[in-house]
Order: sequence, then structure tokens, then C-alpha cells
Amino acid sequence: MLGNLSPFIDRLSRATTLEDLSSEVRWLRDALEVEHLIYHSVNSTGEEYAALTYSDAWVQRYLDNNYARIDPVVQGCFRRFDPVDWSELDWSGKPQRAFLEEAQGAGVGGQGLSVPIRGPRGQFALFTVNHGCSDKDWAGYTKEHLPKLILAAHFVNQKALEIERGTDEAALASLSPRESDTLKMLAQGYSRAQAADNLSISEHTLRVYIEGARLKLGASNTTHAVARALASGVIII
Amino acid sequence: MLRYIYGRDLGRYPRLRESMFKDRAAQFRDRLGWEVTVDASGAERDAYDALNPIYVIWEEADGGHGGSMRFLPTTGPTMVADHFLSLTNGVDFASPYIWETTRFCLAPGAARRVSAALMLGGLELGLHHDLSHAIGVFDARMVRVYRILGWPPAILGTVGQGAEAISAGLWAFEEELRPALLSRAQVSAQTSRAWLLRAVAEREMVAGTA
Repeated sequence: MLGNLSPFIDRLSRATTLEDLSSEVRWLRDALEVEHLIYHSVNSTGEEYAALTYSDAWVQRYLDNNYARIDPVVQGCFRRFDPVDWSELDWSGKPQRAFLEEAQGAGVGGQGLSVPIRGPRGQFALFTVNHGCSDKDWAGYTKEHLPKLILAAHFVNQKALEIERGTDEAALASLSPRESDTLKMLAQGYSRAQAADNLSISEHTLRVYIEGARLKLGASNTTHAVARALASGVIII
Repeated sequence: MLRYIYGRDLGRYPRLRESMFKDRAAQFRDRLGWEVTVDASGAERDAYDALNPIYVIWEEADGGHGGSMRFLPTTGPTMVADHFLSLTNGVDFASPYIWETTRFCLAPGAARRVSAALMLGGLELGLHHDLSHAIGVFDARMVRVYRILGWPPAILGTVGQGAEAISAGLWAFEEELRPALLSRAQVSAQTSRAWLLRAVAEREMVAGTA
């Protein structure tokens, strides 16, 4: 699995409730071979939702003490939209040191990587992988898997937004005419070059349309995107 | 030199910040006649400046603004998704690998190489963050500028004719573009990399200070 997100994306596409999403987050944690995975979202109206693998006792303690106030991960990630390794954050303050020590006592690993996500209409989410290992092993892990973690973060967030809306119609309906034309051509067996030619666009631009459709459909690759679009009736050939 | 600064960290560079927003008023309101909002102090700001974008800024030797542009992730609100979907055939290019670039601005009298340096800065930023593309909206005059600078966007759609035309386009982030931009910007590869790495290190220092 570490090499390929497809099995996760397939599973995720079947999730319809927040409980389903929680169990997929646990599945993804195992598949990514890390100790913890945390997804936390705040929507435009301030409603919060979390799916995570920390112990219930630690979550309760975190909430009771309002640790988000001093947690360098939360404070740091609100200020940026590029991924951040925990080692790059400032843990030197006294409250931060005490917080870290308490977190580690509750089973939180010493290494972490957090991906901030900006969603529509002011939605904000944080996707974190957490682990206990040496700095060197962690650096190797994140260097190898960062692009995949960014994509996984995006898919989990898309699914959470979709569940929040109560339907995935919105995401499907948001395929633009250009995107659905592109998928239709591919579904009919045209090559990318032929499809681009037929649509009077460059292959380069065609690839971006395919990628956009793939992300909206929650598909792991082009074939999967075409299959999902056909199966859900978004495109008809 | 090139600086890469999150909006909320701009306060650490007061001179750069003030001169950037003033130069934006000079370019977008005075020279191009766009209907932008300029406050009493002469600074041009819009709603996207409030979303904590990353600014790529050319800083002159005296600490003032030589040119700039800003980046925002396309998964959140963007100008192209909010106002210019007609230019992309309705496609909302929301992707974790695409950022939007807006407000490409040069200070009055900026040296020729500054625009190349800004394009170089955009490229360094995108490559550093493993992005596939930048998306942006520009007018007819800029199509020629981007081509001369050696990094033309793939045009997605155009509305209007001649000098009045505006287009949306995609820039692909590719390593091969770097040498030509370095040379036009008159910056060495080592220096360009050092500027980016310094900005990233400073960003992380600031980020954790709650």
C-alpha cells in the first residue's frame, strides 16, 4: 500500500458517514505504517469535526485544557498552507515543552508531519501523520511519501466536505463541460493526443482537465475516473 | 533579492509592505485603470490579501519594493474560481498541486530583470512545494511579456479582443525552465536557492511562535 493510494481511494469512495470516515482514517493509519493519523476540520460556520487515532483519554484531556491554544502544530498551521514537519516548529516555550511531554506520555509519537488544507468558503483542515522513530528514519519517510500524504489529505478532506453536504451530487455535478468532454473521449477509446485534437486543446491542458476530473471524482487514476463517471451517470456515451 | 513571505509575516518588513501596496495602486489603478480599492494611505488591497497568501517580492537594495506577485492554494477561494470561470470553460481548477498567482506587479522604473526575477521566484516556489502548475488571469499585454521572459502559460480561454482581451492560463513547473530565467534575472543558481531556503527557514521559525 505504501507505494500506491488506490486501495485507500477505492475504500474512501464508498464511505457515506462520518463513522465510515473514522474507520477509513484508522485503515489509512495502518496502511501508511504510522502510529497515528489525525484529520481535523473547522468549517465556515466554526463547526468542528475530527477523525483520529489518538486515545479517547488524550483527546478529552486536550479538549478540556483547550490545548489548541498552545499547540505549536495548530498555531503554526493556521499561519500557512504548505506542509510542515513538527521538528521545524517552535517547541521551546515552557507551556509547549510541558504539553509535548504530556502528549508523549499519552502515546503521541515524537515525529509528525502536518498538511494544512484550505477548503471552500473559509473551511480549514489539518491532516497529520504522527510516529515514534529516529529523526533520520522520519526524514526518509516524509521525503519519500510527502506527495502521497498531500493527496491523501486532499481526498480525506473532499470526503468530509461531501459528507457534510449530505450528498456527493455537488462534487459530481461540478465536473465542467470540458472535463466531462475529456472523460467522454477517453471512455470512447480515443488516445490523449486524439482527444486533445478533437477538443482543440493541447495535450498538456487535457492532462490538467483529466487531473481535475480525477480529483473531483475521488478516483485513483484516469481509468478509475472514467469508470466512476460512467457508473454514476455523470457522463453518458 | 527575492523574498517569499506569508501575508501575516509582512509586518516584519514594514518598508517592503508599504511600498508594495503603494506600487500596486500605481500599477493597477493609475496605469491600468482597474477598479481596485485603494485606502487613505494609498495602499491597494483586496479580499485575497486577507487570506494570508505567499508573496514573492523583489526587494531593492534600499529595502523597497521592486516587484511582486502573490500565491494562494486553489483548494480555497481564488480569483479565477470566484470571478473568471468563464475564462476556463467553467473548470474549477481546485487541486493540491495547483496554486493561483495574481497581482503580478512592477514598481515604477523597475529594472528590466525584475520581471524575470519574479518569474524565477514563482518557479522556485512551485518546485520547492512539488506543485504541478500555477494558474492565473492576465491581459493581452502580459501574454507577450511572459513569452519574452521564456515561460509562457498554456492559455485555457480568452474573452475580449485585442488589447482588451483577458485570458486564463496554466504555467507548468519544470526544472528545465530555471537556467533561462536565472540568466534573464542575472542571478546565480546558488543565490536563488539560498534566497528560497532562507525564506523557508525563517517561515518555520515564525510559524511556531504562538
